[in-house]
Amino acid sequence: MADKREITVTINGQAQTAEVETRTNLADFLRHELELTGTHVGCEHGVCGACTVLVDGAAVRSCLMLAVQADGHEVTSVEGLAAADGTLHPVQEAFWKNHGLQCGFCTPGMVISVAAFLKDNPNPTEADVRSAISGNICRCTGYQGIVAAALEAAETMRQEG
Amino acid sequence: MVRYTGAEVQRMEDPRLLTGHGRYVDDIHLPGMLHGAFLRSSHAHARIRSIDTSAALALPGVHAVFTQADLAVPDVAQSMNQLYPAPVIHQDITQHPMATDEVCYVGQTVALVAADSRAIAEDALVLIDVDYEPLPAVVDCRTALADDAPMAHIGSENNMAGQLKSAFGDIDGAFAKADHVFTGSFMQHRGGCHSMETRGVLARDEPYGEGLTIWSSTQCPYLVRRALATHLGEPEDRVRIIAPDVGGGFGPKAGFYPEEIVIPVAARQLGRPLKWIEDRREHFTATTGQRDQQWDLEVACDKDGKMLGLRGVVIHENGAYMPYGALLPFTSVTPLPGSYAIPALDVRLDIAFTNTTPTTPVRGAGRPYGIYAVERMVETIARELQIDPAEVRRRNFVRADQMPYETGAKLRDGMPVRYDSGDYHACQEKALELADYAGFKARQDAARTQGRYLGIGVSACIEDTGVGPYEGTTVKIEPSGKIMVRTGAASQGQGHHTMIAQIVSDQLGVQPEDIMFEAADTGKFPQGVGTIGSRVTANVGPSSFDAAGQVRETVLKLAAETLEAAEQDLELEDGEVRVAGAPDLKVTLGELALKLAPMSGGKIPAGFSPSLEATSYLGSSGSPVASGSNVAEVEVDIGTGEVRVLRYSVAHDCGNMINPMMVDGQIIGGVVHGIGNALFERMIYDEQGQPLTTNYGEYLLPLASEMPHIDIVHQETPSPLNPLGVKGAGEGGTIPAAPAIVAAIENALADFGVVIDYYPVDPQYLTELIDAAGAQAAE
Ligand code: FES
Ligand code: FES
Repeated sequence: MADKREITVTINGQAQTAEVETRTNLADFLRHELELTGTHVGCEHGVCGACTVLVDGAAVRSCLMLAVQADGHEVTSVEGLAAADGTLHPVQEAFWKNHGLQCGFCTPGMVISVAAFLKDNPNPTEADVRSAISGNICRCTGYQGIVAAALEAAETMRQEG
Repeated sequence: MVRYTGAEVQRMEDPRLLTGHGRYVDDIHLPGMLHGAFLRSSHAHARIRSIDTSAALALPGVHAVFTQADLAVPDVAQSMNQLYPAPVIHQDITQHPMATDEVCYVGQTVALVAADSRAIAEDALVLIDVDYEPLPAVVDCRTALADDAPMAHIGSENNMAGQLKSAFGDIDGAFAKADHVFTGSFMQHRGGCHSMETRGVLARDEPYGEGLTIWSSTQCPYLVRRALATHLGEPEDRVRIIAPDVGGGFGPKAGFYPEEIVIPVAARQLGRPLKWIEDRREHFTATTGQRDQQWDLEVACDKDGKMLGLRGVVIHENGAYMPYGALLPFTSVTPLPGSYAIPALDVRLDIAFTNTTPTTPVRGAGRPYGIYAVERMVETIARELQIDPAEVRRRNFVRADQMPYETGAKLRDGMPVRYDSGDYHACQEKALELADYAGFKARQDAARTQGRYLGIGVSACIEDTGVGPYEGTTVKIEPSGKIMVRTGAASQGQGHHTMIAQIVSDQLGVQPEDIMFEAADTGKFPQGVGTIGSRVTANVGPSSFDAAGQVRETVLKLAAETLEAAEQDLELEDGEVRVAGAPDLKVTLGELALKLAPMSGGKIPAGFSPSLEATSYLGSSGSPVASGSNVAEVEVDIGTGEVRVLRYSVAHDCGNMINPMMVDGQIIGGVVHGIGNALFERMIYDEQGQPLTTNYGEYLLPLASEMPHIDIVHQETPSPLNPLGVKGAGEGGTIPAAPAIVAAIENALADFGVVIDYYPVDPQYLTELIDAAGAQAAE
């Protein structure tokens, strides 16, 4: 039988304890064990960025991390980004306004990546944003709406302080 | 009183998708569900001597292993049906759901494992023992039709899958009277699908004999229903296909795949729901795409560069099977001669079988090839006759006063190719202005003094959109006063819900938020076609407009009776009908709906039918032809061969726009896809037919950091072919991108006399060209 371990991970603010196979990656754990299907899997080899989540606040490709490695850590997935009352995160709001998504498949990873980037870079240029999301592939939008959204979200977040 | 049609309404789809609440196939978990994984051919061409599945079957957690012989289908010897039969097909070879005794490309389905988890299913795949006898493979389409080429299929006499021709006018006369004849020989390579969501199929055999339910990441649920029901010999109504949220389609999800037979049949045999999700490596080999076409053309023109005739031969890499008829080859030659009035044409296309993944349309289908080809010849004329490329185009464009214009070519159904409306001259001027074409020389000269090589390239295209015959819509007012809209058309991100809600809410005087929307479920809407060829706005636009218009008429008639007022005195707004000048005299849409849906003993008012709804299949009466001109400005590093796109300008005409923001999104996404084709995306096979690019380290997609900001200006020439005046917009960004980029690179390297005869133009190829052109000498 496959090797299993019990892990406890804080996911979107809630501690979750589960038994997982040691070979299960974090993306599959979130999607299939916890049924948090907002995190998407586009390549399973660390290039597309669709699976990006925050682990202890840092953007991480959940297809490249084992679920057991998340034991004792805090994970934020796209489901945990909006406020508890449903108010969208400024990055989500800006994606909506600037047509930063079409099919929505890259979107969770994009939104998480942009949110993480803006936390450390509150006043980016367009080139900064393009470079920051160059590890996230979008086949639909041509990136322009995403870039516009990131710049607008940066502005909003600066104003909100 | 138009309020939403034409406005940049924020998408109804987005809040769900932004918060992680989309529902893609892999998000659906059904009780008792098993997981499938496919064993795929590791050979480009081989005979299968035997398959031993016993060790795989013995692995704990494995429920079953299926080969073709194990499938409970009416006839296991039956290969898949041809989706688009055509007389031009000489050898109509389709694959079996799983291979029988021969495999013809790497990636072909050989066996399926169903297990408790995907991981266990994949563990079991390596335990299946297939005894292959490798056979010679044919890979390069340019040599596939030679007498000594290996056969792509056992038993074939040659690799010619089919042949077609587009010809009109007096071609010999055109060449006889020409002042100049120029030739062009070039290869074109377009990459694959690479939707960020791979394909996926989930199937459940419903209890009590209620038939199969299948969730598939398809663009064409009705095509899948037709093909599956036919293969199973069952009525279509026993097969329900649902396309839930689909993460991009771009063409390759419009077909019917082996997995869409195997997974449902296996689920039925297992008595358990069964899911298969394609992984990215599978996507490279098992999902169809586009690849090579070799073009050899001759153009005849007069001394001013006015084109008189175009002729030549094309070889098309078909891949190993023909699942999709000759649609890709057809759409490669029917757009000729593009935006230009050329009196004579004679182009033949040979379809060559190869031992590679089958090809089917990707964004633009064959149009990017055909348009690229004619644009190349325009560039050749400009170069040879030393005329500005934009001016050559001006001299050859179909003029606005010639509209509607018949090119002389014929469509698949034999009908003439007809451009319904447009002004190509004006469109190009808009693009040139946006790009500051006039100021380019100064920018180029300034850069050159710093040792930098800038170039500018222009392209023009037409795109036949909105192919018929229909895509229907039902609009129904619910007793709650909400509007339910249903259509068969599947969305892969285009924003159909929003587009339709804009149209319907204007007709019915409600807010877009009042529109509930269901699509792409064959159990909810009786008949549909699919989301391909930029056809939804030009088909669902009119049908939703018409269905809502019919409901509006009924509403007003019924309200007039109810309120005892004349119809012309009624106002339909905010979900209610009011009598003008008498604000208290009103009835809500919900109340009217109830009048037509009485329960036992009630009565339907005379002259009305039950249910306040209407269905329309109104589409466009012909194909609305969109058009566009693009200008690319690039910088070439002559040392490394790297190309940077500095500026990209688009003038596009897709008639009236329902939602300009979404049109821009389609154009920009399309342009970037086209830039990817021009510079990055290359699916490489070695001589044995082994794919060498099966991940995103080896196969490059355009990234945000490499893409320019894209400027767009719209020209709105309404289509006369539908009541909204709309044309499709999904592919018009992609089609003209590669020719503009390639022309710009040549322009940057004009001093070296570099002529590009292949794309994607990668750095290695470009440095070779520069070296060959004697860059050293020029320095
Ligand atoms: S799925 Fe993790 S990077 Fe693509
Ligand atoms: S929105 Fe479809 S991949 Fe980005």
